[in-house]
Amino acid sequence: MDYFAQQAINAIQLGSIYALIALGYSMVYGVLVMINFAHGDVFMVSSFFCFLLLLLLPVPFVAALIIVMLATAVLGVALERLAYRPLRNAPRVSAIITALGCGLIIQNTTLSLSPYSQRMPELFVPVTWNFGGVTVSSLQLLIIGVSVGLMIGLDFFIRRTRYGMAMRAIAQDRITVPLMGIPVNTMIALTFAIGAALGGAAGVLYASAYPVISATMGVLIGWKAFVAAVIGGIGSVRGAVLGAYVLGSVEVFTVTVLPSTYRDLVVYALLLVILIFKPYGLLGRPAVQKV
Amino acid sequence: MSDPMLRVDNLVVRYGDIRAVKGISFQVQQGEILALVGANGAGKTTTLRAISGMLPFEGSVVLEGRDLRGLTPDRILRLGLSHVPEGRGIFGGLTVMENLQLGAWIRRDKAGRARDLELVMDVFPRLRERVAQLAGTLSGGEQQMLALARARMSDARILILDEPSMGLAPKLVQEVFAVLRQLNKRGVTILLVEQNANMALRLAHRACLLETGNLVLEGPASELLVNPRVREAYLGAG
Ligand SMILES: Nc1ncnc2c1ncn2[C@@H]1O[C@H](COP(=O)(O)OP(=O)(O)OP(=O)(O)O)[C@@H](O)[C@H]1O
Ligand SMILES: [Mg+2]
Repeated sequence: MDYFAQQAINAIQLGSIYALIALGYSMVYGVLVMINFAHGDVFMVSSFFCFLLLLLLPVPFVAALIIVMLATAVLGVALERLAYRPLRNAPRVSAIITALGCGLIIQNTTLSLSPYSQRMPELFVPVTWNFGGVTVSSLQLLIIGVSVGLMIGLDFFIRRTRYGMAMRAIAQDRITVPLMGIPVNTMIALTFAIGAALGGAAGVLYASAYPVISATMGVLIGWKAFVAAVIGGIGSVRGAVLGAYVLGSVEVFTVTVLPSTYRDLVVYALLLVILIFKPYGLLGRPAVQKV
Repeated sequence: MSDPMLRVDNLVVRYGDIRAVKGISFQVQQGEILALVGANGAGKTTTLRAISGMLPFEGSVVLEGRDLRGLTPDRILRLGLSHVPEGRGIFGGLTVMENLQLGAWIRRDKAGRARDLELVMDVFPRLRERVAQLAGTLSGGEQQMLALARARMSDARILILDEPSMGLAPKLVQEVFAVLRQLNKRGVTILLVEQNANMALRLAHRACLLETGNLVLEGPASELLVNPRVREAYLGAG
Protein backbone atom coordinates (compact mmCIF):
# COMPACT_ATOMS: atom_id res chain seq x y z
CA MET A 1 0.00 0.00 0.00
CA ASP A 2 2.79 2.39 0.90
CA TYR A 3 4.54 1.27 -2.19
CA PHE A 4 1.47 2.00 -4.23
CA ALA A 5 1.11 5.48 -2.73
CA GLN A 6 4.77 6.15 -3.41
CA GLN A 7 4.41 5.14 -7.03
CA ALA A 8 1.25 7.20 -7.38
CA ILE A 9 3.16 10.30 -6.37
CA ASN A 10 5.87 9.50 -8.89
CA ALA A 11 3.22 8.97 -11.56
CA ILE A 12 1.62 12.33 -10.84
CA GLN A 13 4.99 14.03 -11.01
CA LEU A 14 5.86 12.47 -14.35
CA GLY A 15 2.34 13.02 -15.70
CA SER A 16 2.52 16.70 -14.74
CA ILE A 17 5.64 17.22 -16.82
CA TYR A 18 4.18 15.32 -19.76
CA ALA A 19 1.03 17.40 -19.44
CA LEU A 20 2.84 20.71 -19.72
CA ILE A 21 4.53 19.54 -22.92
CA ALA A 22 1.44 17.84 -24.33
CA LEU A 23 -0.49 21.12 -23.99
CA GLY A 24 1.87 22.75 -26.49
CA TYR A 25 1.21 20.08 -29.09
CA SER A 26 -2.50 20.19 -28.51
CA MET A 27 -2.93 23.97 -28.56
CA VAL A 28 -1.00 24.39 -31.79
CA TYR A 29 -2.92 21.54 -33.35
CA GLY A 30 -6.14 23.15 -32.19
CA VAL A 31 -5.55 26.43 -33.98
CA LEU A 32 -3.55 25.31 -37.03
CA VAL A 33 -4.32 21.58 -37.42
CA MET A 34 -0.57 21.14 -37.50
CA ILE A 35 1.73 19.00 -35.41
CA ASN A 36 4.65 21.02 -34.21
CA PHE A 37 7.25 18.27 -34.24
CA ALA A 38 9.92 20.71 -33.04
CA HIS A 39 8.13 21.05 -29.70
CA GLY A 40 10.07 18.24 -27.98
CA ASP A 41 13.30 20.01 -28.84
CA VAL A 42 11.89 23.31 -27.68
CA PHE A 43 11.28 21.62 -24.33
CA MET A 44 14.83 20.23 -24.36
CA VAL A 45 16.47 23.54 -25.16
CA SER A 46 14.51 25.25 -22.39
CA SER A 47 16.27 23.09 -19.82
CA PHE A 48 19.55 24.26 -21.36
CA PHE A 49 18.33 27.84 -21.05
CA CYS A 50 17.79 27.09 -17.38
CA PHE A 51 21.24 25.52 -17.11
CA LEU A 52 22.91 28.54 -18.73
CA LEU A 53 20.95 30.98 -16.63
CA LEU A 54 22.07 29.29 -13.43
CA LEU A 55 25.69 29.24 -14.58
CA LEU A 56 25.59 32.96 -15.22
CA LEU A 57 23.40 34.04 -12.38
CA PRO A 58 22.24 31.87 -9.49
CA VAL A 59 18.67 33.14 -9.34
CA PRO A 60 15.98 31.61 -7.13
CA PHE A 61 13.61 29.01 -8.52
CA VAL A 62 10.66 31.26 -9.28
CA ALA A 63 12.84 33.76 -11.16
CA ALA A 64 14.45 30.96 -13.17
CA LEU A 65 11.04 29.57 -14.03
CA ILE A 66 9.73 32.91 -15.25
CA ILE A 67 12.86 33.84 -17.22
CA VAL A 68 13.05 30.45 -18.93
CA MET A 69 9.34 30.50 -19.77
CA LEU A 70 9.73 33.93 -21.38
CA ALA A 71 12.85 32.91 -23.31
CA THR A 72 11.17 29.74 -24.57
CA ALA A 73 8.06 31.71 -25.56
CA VAL A 74 10.27 33.93 -27.70
CA LEU A 75 11.74 30.84 -29.35
CA GLY A 76 8.27 29.45 -30.03
CA VAL A 77 7.12 32.71 -31.62
CA ALA A 78 10.29 32.90 -33.72
CA LEU A 79 9.71 29.36 -35.01
CA GLU A 80 6.17 30.21 -36.00
CA ARG A 81 7.09 33.50 -37.60
CA LEU A 82 10.18 32.36 -39.50
CA ALA A 83 9.47 28.74 -40.32
CA TYR A 84 5.77 27.92 -40.15
CA ARG A 85 3.94 31.07 -41.19
CA PRO A 86 5.45 31.20 -44.69
CA LEU A 87 4.16 27.65 -45.20
CA ARG A 88 0.71 28.12 -43.78
CA ASN A 89 -0.99 27.54 -47.11
CA ALA A 90 1.58 25.08 -48.41
CA PRO A 91 0.88 21.34 -48.64
CA ARG A 92 0.63 19.69 -45.26
CA VAL A 93 3.70 17.54 -45.81
CA SER A 94 5.89 20.64 -46.25
CA ALA A 95 4.83 21.94 -42.85
CA ILE A 96 5.52 18.56 -41.25
CA ILE A 97 8.99 18.31 -42.77
CA THR A 98 9.74 21.88 -41.76
CA ALA A 99 8.76 21.16 -38.18
CA LEU A 100 10.90 18.04 -38.09
CA GLY A 101 13.77 20.02 -39.61
CA CYS A 102 13.44 22.82 -37.07
CA GLY A 103 13.54 20.25 -34.29
CA LEU A 104 16.71 18.76 -35.70
CA ILE A 105 18.29 22.20 -36.07
CA ILE A 106 17.57 23.02 -32.44
CA GLN A 107 18.81 19.62 -31.31
CA ASN A 108 22.02 19.70 -33.33
CA THR A 109 22.80 23.28 -32.42
CA THR A 110 22.53 22.29 -28.78
CA LEU A 111 24.57 19.17 -29.43
CA SER A 112 27.37 21.12 -31.08
CA LEU A 113 27.50 23.53 -28.15
CA SER A 114 27.17 20.83 -25.54
CA PRO A 115 28.21 17.41 -26.88
CA TYR A 116 27.93 15.79 -23.44
CA SER A 117 25.21 15.63 -20.88
CA GLN A 118 25.23 18.42 -18.35
CA ARG A 119 24.61 18.20 -14.67
CA MET A 120 22.14 20.83 -13.54
CA PRO A 121 23.16 22.95 -10.57
CA GLU A 122 20.64 22.45 -7.81
CA LEU A 123 17.86 24.98 -8.17
CA PHE A 124 16.27 24.09 -4.98
CA VAL A 125 17.32 22.22 -1.87
CA PRO A 126 14.48 19.80 -1.28
CA VAL A 127 13.17 18.79 2.08
CA THR A 128 11.69 15.30 2.37
CA TRP A 129 8.91 14.23 4.60
CA ASN A 130 7.95 10.74 5.56
CA PHE A 131 4.27 9.95 5.97
CA GLY A 132 4.05 6.42 7.35
CA GLY A 133 6.51 4.94 4.89
CA VAL A 134 5.73 7.22 1.96
CA THR A 135 8.39 9.82 1.26
CA VAL A 136 7.37 13.05 -0.39
CA SER A 137 9.88 15.73 -1.21
CA SER A 138 9.18 19.42 -1.36
CA LEU A 139 10.53 19.28 -4.91
CA GLN A 140 7.83 16.81 -5.92
CA LEU A 141 5.18 19.00 -4.39
CA LEU A 142 6.65 22.01 -6.14
CA ILE A 143 6.64 20.27 -9.52
CA ILE A 144 3.08 19.10 -9.11
CA GLY A 145 1.94 22.41 -7.67
CA VAL A 146 3.50 24.55 -10.40
CA SER A 147 2.17 22.27 -13.14
CA VAL A 148 -1.34 22.12 -11.80
CA GLY A 149 -1.30 25.88 -11.21
CA LEU A 150 -0.26 26.53 -14.80
CA MET A 151 -2.88 24.13 -16.14
CA ILE A 152 -5.66 25.73 -14.13
CA GLY A 153 -4.47 29.14 -15.30
CA LEU A 154 -4.48 27.99 -18.90
CA ASP A 155 -7.94 26.47 -18.61
CA PHE A 156 -9.23 29.73 -17.16
CA PHE A 157 -7.52 31.69 -19.91
CA ILE A 158 -9.06 29.59 -22.67
CA ARG A 159 -12.55 29.40 -21.25
CA ARG A 160 -12.99 32.77 -19.66
CA THR A 161 -10.93 35.46 -21.38
CA ARG A 162 -11.46 37.22 -24.68
CA TYR A 163 -8.15 35.99 -26.05
CA GLY A 164 -9.03 32.44 -25.08
CA MET A 165 -12.38 32.84 -26.78
CA ALA A 166 -10.66 34.04 -29.94
CA MET A 167 -8.36 31.02 -29.86
CA ARG A 168 -11.32 28.67 -29.64
CA ALA A 169 -12.92 30.51 -32.54
CA ILE A 170 -9.78 30.14 -34.66
CA ALA A 171 -9.78 26.43 -33.94
CA GLN A 172 -13.24 26.25 -35.47
CA ASP A 173 -13.07 28.59 -38.43
CA ARG A 174 -9.89 30.44 -39.22
CA ILE A 175 -11.38 32.14 -42.29
CA THR A 176 -14.20 33.89 -40.45
CA VAL A 177 -12.21 35.03 -37.41
CA PRO A 178 -10.59 38.07 -39.10
CA LEU A 179 -14.09 39.30 -40.00
CA MET A 180 -14.62 39.75 -36.25
CA GLY A 181 -11.70 42.18 -36.19
CA ILE A 182 -9.40 39.63 -34.61
CA PRO A 183 -5.83 39.65 -35.94
CA VAL A 184 -5.36 35.96 -36.65
CA ASN A 185 -1.59 36.07 -36.97
CA THR A 186 -1.24 37.67 -33.58
CA MET A 187 -3.49 35.04 -32.05
CA ILE A 188 -1.54 32.21 -33.65
CA ALA A 189 1.73 33.71 -32.42
CA LEU A 190 0.19 33.97 -28.95
CA THR A 191 -0.75 30.29 -29.12
CA PHE A 192 2.83 29.36 -29.95
CA ALA A 193 4.10 31.63 -27.18
CA ILE A 194 1.88 29.99 -24.57
CA GLY A 195 2.60 26.46 -25.79
CA ALA A 196 6.34 27.07 -25.79
CA ALA A 197 6.25 28.80 -22.39
CA LEU A 198 4.53 25.75 -20.90
CA GLY A 199 7.19 23.58 -22.53
CA GLY A 200 9.75 25.89 -20.93
CA ALA A 201 8.16 25.37 -17.52
CA ALA A 202 8.37 21.63 -18.17
CA GLY A 203 12.05 22.04 -19.03
CA VAL A 204 12.79 23.74 -15.71
CA LEU A 205 10.76 21.24 -13.69
CA TYR A 206 12.22 18.26 -15.52
CA ALA A 207 15.75 19.50 -15.00
CA SER A 208 15.04 19.96 -11.31
CA ALA A 209 13.63 16.46 -10.94
CA TYR A 210 16.10 14.61 -13.19
CA PRO A 211 19.14 16.88 -13.11
CA VAL A 212 21.12 15.41 -15.98
CA ILE A 213 20.18 17.05 -19.26
CA SER A 214 21.26 16.24 -22.79
CA ALA A 215 20.61 17.56 -26.28
CA THR A 216 18.76 14.42 -27.34
CA MET A 217 16.35 14.12 -24.43
CA GLY A 218 13.67 16.08 -26.24
CA VAL A 219 13.14 13.29 -28.72
CA LEU A 220 11.81 10.61 -26.42
CA ILE A 221 10.09 12.91 -23.94
CA GLY A 222 8.60 15.03 -26.69
CA TRP A 223 7.36 11.93 -28.43
CA LYS A 224 5.76 10.65 -25.23
CA ALA A 225 4.05 13.97 -24.64
CA PHE A 226 2.78 13.90 -28.20
CA VAL A 227 1.37 10.42 -27.60
CA ALA A 228 -0.26 11.76 -24.44
CA ALA A 229 -1.89 14.55 -26.46
CA VAL A 230 -3.20 12.02 -28.97
CA ILE A 231 -4.51 9.67 -26.28
CA GLY A 232 -6.36 12.57 -24.69
CA GLY A 233 -7.67 13.85 -28.02
CA ILE A 234 -5.33 16.21 -29.80
CA GLY A 235 -6.70 19.74 -29.99
CA SER A 236 -8.37 19.37 -26.61
CA VAL A 237 -6.63 21.09 -23.72
CA ARG A 238 -8.25 19.03 -20.98
CA GLY A 239 -7.63 15.94 -23.10
CA ALA A 240 -3.90 16.64 -23.22
CA VAL A 241 -3.79 16.81 -19.43
CA LEU A 242 -5.83 13.65 -18.99
CA GLY A 243 -3.75 11.79 -21.57
CA ALA A 244 -0.54 12.85 -19.85
CA TYR A 245 -1.62 11.58 -16.45
CA VAL A 246 -2.83 8.32 -17.99
CA LEU A 247 0.50 7.91 -19.75
CA GLY A 248 2.57 8.84 -16.68
CA SER A 249 0.65 6.34 -14.56
CA VAL A 250 0.92 3.56 -17.10
CA GLU A 251 4.67 4.09 -17.36
CA VAL A 252 5.28 4.18 -13.64
CA PHE A 253 3.04 1.24 -12.79
CA THR A 254 4.24 -0.90 -15.67
CA VAL A 255 7.73 -0.70 -14.27
CA THR A 256 6.53 -1.80 -10.85
CA VAL A 257 5.19 -5.10 -12.22
CA LEU A 258 7.27 -5.73 -15.36
CA PRO A 259 10.92 -5.27 -16.30
CA SER A 260 11.53 -1.68 -17.33
CA THR A 261 12.24 -2.73 -20.91
CA TYR A 262 8.51 -3.41 -21.27
CA ARG A 263 7.57 0.16 -20.48
CA ASP A 264 7.39 1.61 -23.98
CA LEU A 265 5.86 -1.54 -25.39
CA VAL A 266 2.97 -1.21 -22.95
CA VAL A 267 2.65 2.52 -23.62
CA TYR A 268 2.34 2.15 -27.38
CA ALA A 269 0.07 -0.88 -27.10
CA LEU A 270 -2.17 1.23 -24.91
CA LEU A 271 -2.12 3.99 -27.50
CA LEU A 272 -3.31 1.57 -30.17
CA VAL A 273 -6.03 0.10 -27.99
CA ILE A 274 -7.35 3.52 -26.98
CA LEU A 275 -7.39 4.73 -30.55
CA ILE A 276 -9.23 1.62 -31.74
CA PHE A 277 -12.05 2.32 -29.30
CA LYS A 278 -11.81 6.11 -29.33
CA PRO A 279 -10.31 7.19 -32.65
CA TYR A 280 -10.35 10.85 -31.62
CA GLY A 281 -8.79 10.18 -28.23
CA LEU A 282 -10.42 10.19 -24.81
CA LEU A 283 -11.82 13.74 -24.95
CA GLY A 284 -11.38 14.55 -28.63
CA ARG A 285 -14.21 15.27 -30.98
CA PRO A 286 -14.28 14.92 -34.73
CA ALA A 287 -13.59 18.22 -36.45
CA VAL A 288 -16.76 20.13 -37.31
CA GLN A 289 -17.46 19.57 -40.97
CA LYS A 290 -17.24 22.79 -42.91
CA VAL A 291 -19.62 23.04 -45.82
CA MET B 1 -23.43 65.16 -54.60
CA SER B 2 -21.67 64.01 -51.44
CA ASP B 3 -18.82 61.53 -51.52
CA PRO B 4 -20.00 57.94 -51.46
CA MET B 5 -19.43 55.87 -48.36
CA LEU B 6 -17.94 53.04 -50.39
CA ARG B 7 -16.48 53.49 -53.84
CA VAL B 8 -15.47 50.49 -55.97
CA ASP B 9 -13.56 51.35 -59.13
CA ASN B 10 -12.57 48.97 -61.88
CA LEU B 11 -12.46 46.03 -59.52
CA VAL B 12 -10.80 42.94 -60.94
CA VAL B 13 -10.48 39.77 -58.87
CA ARG B 14 -8.72 36.65 -60.06
CA TYR B 15 -8.57 33.06 -58.92
CA GLY B 16 -5.32 32.00 -60.51
CA ASP B 17 -5.76 32.74 -64.21
CA ILE B 18 -9.51 33.03 -64.07
CA ARG B 19 -10.98 36.50 -63.75
CA ALA B 20 -14.09 36.07 -61.62
CA VAL B 21 -14.77 39.83 -61.45
CA LYS B 22 -13.87 41.71 -64.59
CA GLY B 23 -13.55 45.38 -63.81
CA ILE B 24 -16.72 46.55 -62.10
CA SER B 25 -17.42 49.98 -60.61
CA PHE B 26 -20.17 51.04 -58.25
CA GLN B 27 -20.75 53.21 -55.23
CA VAL B 28 -22.71 52.87 -52.04
CA GLN B 29 -24.05 56.12 -50.61
CA GLN B 30 -24.17 56.82 -46.92
CA GLY B 31 -27.45 55.52 -45.46
CA GLU B 32 -28.65 53.56 -48.46
CA ILE B 33 -29.28 49.89 -49.16
CA LEU B 34 -27.63 48.77 -52.37
CA ALA B 35 -28.52 45.32 -53.69
CA LEU B 36 -26.09 43.36 -55.80
CA VAL B 37 -28.01 40.68 -57.65
CA GLY B 38 -27.03 38.08 -60.20
CA ALA B 39 -27.05 34.39 -61.03
CA ASN B 40 -24.91 31.66 -59.51
CA GLY B 41 -21.26 32.22 -60.26
CA ALA B 42 -21.75 35.85 -61.30
CA GLY B 43 -19.04 36.99 -58.90
CA LYS B 44 -21.10 38.44 -56.06
CA THR B 45 -19.33 36.63 -53.25
CA THR B 46 -15.98 37.32 -54.85
CA THR B 47 -16.76 41.05 -54.95
CA LEU B 48 -17.67 41.13 -51.27
CA ARG B 49 -14.57 39.16 -50.30
CA ALA B 50 -12.35 41.60 -52.15
CA ILE B 51 -14.03 44.57 -50.46
CA SER B 52 -13.58 43.14 -46.96
CA GLY B 53 -9.94 42.25 -47.50
CA MET B 54 -10.32 38.49 -47.81
CA LEU B 55 -9.02 38.42 -51.40
CA PRO B 56 -6.41 40.47 -53.22
CA PHE B 57 -7.73 42.61 -56.08
CA GLU B 58 -6.86 45.08 -58.80
CA GLY B 59 -8.59 48.43 -59.13
CA SER B 60 -9.57 50.35 -56.05
CA VAL B 61 -11.88 50.10 -53.08
CA VAL B 62 -12.26 53.24 -51.03
CA LEU B 63 -14.18 53.44 -47.76
CA GLU B 64 -14.99 56.99 -46.63
CA GLY B 65 -12.02 58.34 -48.52
CA ARG B 66 -9.67 55.63 -47.29
CA ASP B 67 -8.03 53.23 -49.73
CA LEU B 68 -8.51 49.65 -48.54
CA ARG B 69 -5.83 48.10 -50.71
CA GLY B 70 -3.65 45.66 -48.81
CA LEU B 71 -5.59 45.92 -45.54
CA THR B 72 -6.54 42.71 -43.72
CA PRO B 73 -10.19 42.08 -42.77
CA ASP B 74 -9.58 42.88 -39.12
CA ARG B 75 -8.22 46.33 -40.03
CA ILE B 76 -11.12 46.97 -42.39
CA LEU B 77 -13.64 46.08 -39.69
CA ARG B 78 -11.95 48.64 -37.46
CA LEU B 79 -12.63 51.20 -40.18
CA GLY B 80 -16.34 50.45 -39.84
CA LEU B 81 -17.12 47.81 -42.47
CA SER B 82 -18.51 44.47 -41.36
CA HIS B 83 -18.89 41.48 -43.69
CA VAL B 84 -21.42 38.75 -42.90
CA PRO B 85 -20.08 35.92 -45.05
CA GLU B 86 -21.91 33.43 -47.21
CA GLY B 87 -22.97 30.53 -45.00
CA ARG B 88 -23.09 32.84 -41.95
CA GLY B 89 -19.72 31.97 -40.38
CA ILE B 90 -21.17 31.14 -36.98
CA PHE B 91 -18.79 29.56 -34.46
CA GLY B 92 -20.85 26.47 -33.73
CA GLY B 93 -18.81 25.27 -30.78
CA LEU B 94 -19.14 28.59 -28.96
CA THR B 95 -22.24 29.81 -27.18
CA VAL B 96 -24.57 32.40 -28.63
CA MET B 97 -23.25 34.89 -26.09
CA GLU B 98 -19.64 34.14 -27.00
CA ASN B 99 -20.43 34.66 -30.66
CA LEU B 100 -21.92 38.05 -29.82
CA GLN B 101 -18.91 38.94 -27.69
CA LEU B 102 -16.59 38.07 -30.55
CA GLY B 103 -18.66 40.36 -32.74
CA ALA B 104 -17.85 43.19 -30.33
CA TRP B 105 -14.16 42.24 -30.15
CA ILE B 106 -12.90 45.58 -31.48
CA ARG B 107 -14.93 47.69 -29.09
CA ARG B 108 -13.44 49.09 -25.93
CA ASP B 109 -16.48 51.00 -24.69
CA LYS B 110 -18.10 48.75 -22.13
CA ALA B 111 -21.23 50.82 -21.78
CA GLY B 112 -21.79 50.94 -25.53
CA ARG B 113 -21.30 47.19 -25.79
CA ALA B 114 -23.80 46.51 -23.04
CA ARG B 115 -26.29 48.88 -24.65
CA ASP B 116 -25.93 47.20 -28.04
CA LEU B 117 -26.25 43.76 -26.49
CA GLU B 118 -29.59 44.84 -25.05
CA LEU B 119 -30.55 46.27 -28.40
CA VAL B 120 -29.81 43.12 -30.38
CA MET B 121 -31.61 41.03 -27.77
CA ASP B 122 -34.65 43.24 -28.29
CA VAL B 123 -34.43 42.91 -32.03
CA PHE B 124 -33.81 39.15 -31.86
CA PRO B 125 -35.77 37.89 -28.84
CA ARG B 126 -35.07 34.30 -29.80
CA LEU B 127 -31.39 34.85 -29.15
CA ARG B 128 -32.10 36.16 -25.69
CA GLU B 129 -33.67 32.84 -24.71
CA ARG B 130 -30.66 30.97 -26.09
CA VAL B 131 -27.63 32.98 -24.94
CA ALA B 132 -26.06 29.99 -23.20
CA GLN B 133 -26.78 27.52 -26.01
CA LEU B 134 -24.05 26.37 -28.40
CA ALA B 135 -24.53 28.30 -31.62
CA GLY B 136 -24.17 25.12 -33.67
CA THR B 137 -27.40 23.80 -32.18
CA LEU B 138 -29.47 26.77 -33.39
CA SER B 139 -31.77 26.35 -36.36
CA GLY B 140 -30.68 27.80 -39.69
CA GLY B 141 -32.89 30.83 -39.25
CA GLU B 142 -31.65 31.44 -35.74
CA GLN B 143 -28.07 31.17 -36.95
CA GLN B 144 -28.75 33.79 -39.58
CA MET B 145 -30.22 36.04 -36.89
CA LEU B 146 -27.12 35.44 -34.81
CA ALA B 147 -24.85 36.34 -37.73
CA LEU B 148 -26.72 39.63 -38.16
CA ALA B 149 -26.75 40.32 -34.44
CA ARG B 150 -23.05 39.59 -34.22
CA ALA B 151 -22.30 41.96 -37.08
CA ARG B 152 -24.41 44.62 -35.36
CA MET B 153 -22.33 44.19 -32.19
CA SER B 154 -19.27 45.51 -34.02
CA ASP B 155 -21.06 48.86 -34.38
CA ALA B 156 -20.01 48.93 -38.03
CA ARG B 157 -21.40 51.78 -40.11
CA ILE B 158 -21.65 49.68 -43.24
CA LEU B 159 -22.72 46.04 -43.40
CA ILE B 160 -22.03 43.87 -46.39
CA LEU B 161 -24.24 40.79 -46.38
CA ASP B 162 -23.84 37.69 -48.53
CA GLU B 163 -27.19 35.99 -49.11
CA PRO B 164 -28.77 36.41 -45.70
CA SER B 165 -31.88 34.61 -46.98
CA MET B 166 -30.04 31.46 -48.03
CA GLY B 167 -31.72 28.30 -46.82
CA LEU B 168 -34.47 30.09 -44.93
CA ALA B 169 -38.20 29.47 -45.10
CA PRO B 170 -40.16 32.37 -46.66
CA LYS B 171 -41.46 33.52 -43.32
CA LEU B 172 -37.94 33.74 -41.91
CA VAL B 173 -36.74 35.56 -44.99
CA GLN B 174 -39.41 38.17 -44.28
CA GLU B 175 -38.13 38.46 -40.72
CA VAL B 176 -34.53 38.86 -41.79
CA PHE B 177 -35.44 41.53 -44.29
CA ALA B 178 -37.49 43.35 -41.71
CA VAL B 179 -34.45 43.42 -39.45
CA LEU B 180 -32.30 44.77 -42.27
CA ARG B 181 -34.79 47.55 -42.88
CA GLN B 182 -34.77 48.35 -39.19
CA LEU B 183 -30.96 48.46 -39.03
CA ASN B 184 -30.92 50.72 -42.06
CA LYS B 185 -33.45 53.05 -40.38
CA ARG B 186 -31.00 53.33 -37.50
CA GLY B 187 -28.40 54.64 -39.90
CA VAL B 188 -26.52 51.53 -40.99
CA THR B 189 -25.53 51.52 -44.65
CA ILE B 190 -26.06 48.13 -46.32
CA LEU B 191 -24.58 46.38 -49.35
CA LEU B 192 -26.74 43.31 -49.88
CA VAL B 193 -25.94 40.36 -52.12
CA GLU B 194 -28.95 38.23 -52.89
CA GLN B 195 -30.18 35.45 -55.13
CA ASN B 196 -33.64 36.26 -53.95
CA ALA B 197 -33.79 39.22 -56.32
CA ASN B 198 -37.45 39.88 -55.75
CA MET B 199 -37.09 40.47 -52.02
CA ALA B 200 -33.79 42.27 -52.38
CA LEU B 201 -35.12 44.71 -54.96
CA ARG B 202 -38.12 45.50 -52.82
CA LEU B 203 -35.91 46.30 -49.87
CA ALA B 204 -33.08 48.17 -51.59
CA HIS B 205 -32.93 51.77 -52.72
CA ARG B 206 -30.63 51.04 -55.63
CA ALA B 207 -29.37 47.88 -57.26
CA CYS B 208 -26.68 46.50 -59.54
CA LEU B 209 -26.99 43.45 -61.74
CA LEU B 210 -23.91 41.31 -62.15
CA GLU B 211 -23.49 38.81 -64.98
CA THR B 212 -20.39 36.62 -65.26
CA GLY B 213 -18.13 39.14 -63.63
CA ASN B 214 -19.52 42.22 -65.37
CA LEU B 215 -21.86 44.86 -64.10
CA VAL B 216 -24.61 45.02 -66.69
CA LEU B 217 -27.31 47.18 -65.11
CA GLU B 218 -27.44 49.74 -62.38
CA GLY B 219 -30.27 51.93 -61.19
CA PRO B 220 -33.03 52.52 -58.67
CA ALA B 221 -34.21 49.17 -57.33
CA SER B 222 -37.80 49.93 -58.33
CA GLU B 223 -36.66 50.26 -61.94
CA LEU B 224 -34.73 47.00 -61.93
CA LEU B 225 -37.74 45.34 -60.45
CA VAL B 226 -39.78 46.15 -63.57
CA ASN B 227 -36.92 45.83 -66.04
CA PRO B 228 -37.85 43.07 -68.54
CA ARG B 229 -34.32 41.68 -68.59
CA VAL B 230 -34.26 41.29 -64.83
CA ARG B 231 -37.80 39.98 -64.66
CA GLU B 232 -37.09 37.35 -67.25
CA ALA B 233 -33.84 36.09 -65.80
CA TYR B 234 -34.32 36.46 -62.05
CA LEU B 235 -37.90 37.01 -61.14
CA GLY B 236 -39.33 34.11 -63.09
CA ALA B 237 -42.02 36.25 -64.68
CA GLY B 238 -42.58 37.76 -68.11
N1 LIG C 1 -11.77 29.67 -54.54
C1 LIG C 1 -12.04 29.72 -55.86
N2 LIG C 1 -11.16 29.24 -56.77
C2 LIG C 1 -11.42 29.29 -58.10
N3 LIG C 1 -12.54 29.80 -58.61
C3 LIG C 1 -13.46 30.29 -57.77
C4 LIG C 1 -13.26 30.27 -56.35
N4 LIG C 1 -14.34 30.81 -55.75
C5 LIG C 1 -15.17 31.14 -56.76
N5 LIG C 1 -14.66 30.84 -57.97
C6 LIG C 1 -15.28 31.09 -59.27
O1 LIG C 1 -15.52 32.46 -59.42
C7 LIG C 1 -16.78 32.71 -60.01
C8 LIG C 1 -17.59 33.62 -59.13
O2 LIG C 1 -17.89 32.95 -57.91
P1 LIG C 1 -18.69 33.64 -56.72
O3 LIG C 1 -18.64 32.74 -55.57
O4 LIG C 1 -18.20 35.02 -56.54
O5 LIG C 1 -20.15 33.67 -57.33
P2 LIG C 1 -21.50 34.14 -56.68
O6 LIG C 1 -22.04 35.21 -57.53
O7 LIG C 1 -21.32 34.47 -55.26
O8 LIG C 1 -22.38 32.84 -56.84
P3 LIG C 1 -23.49 32.21 -55.86
O9 LIG C 1 -24.73 32.94 -56.09
O10 LIG C 1 -23.60 30.80 -56.34
O11 LIG C 1 -22.98 32.31 -54.47
C9 LIG C 1 -17.41 31.35 -60.24
O12 LIG C 1 -17.22 31.01 -61.59
C10 LIG C 1 -16.64 30.43 -59.34
O13 LIG C 1 -16.55 29.14 -59.90
MG1 LIG D 1 -21.97 33.63 -53.51
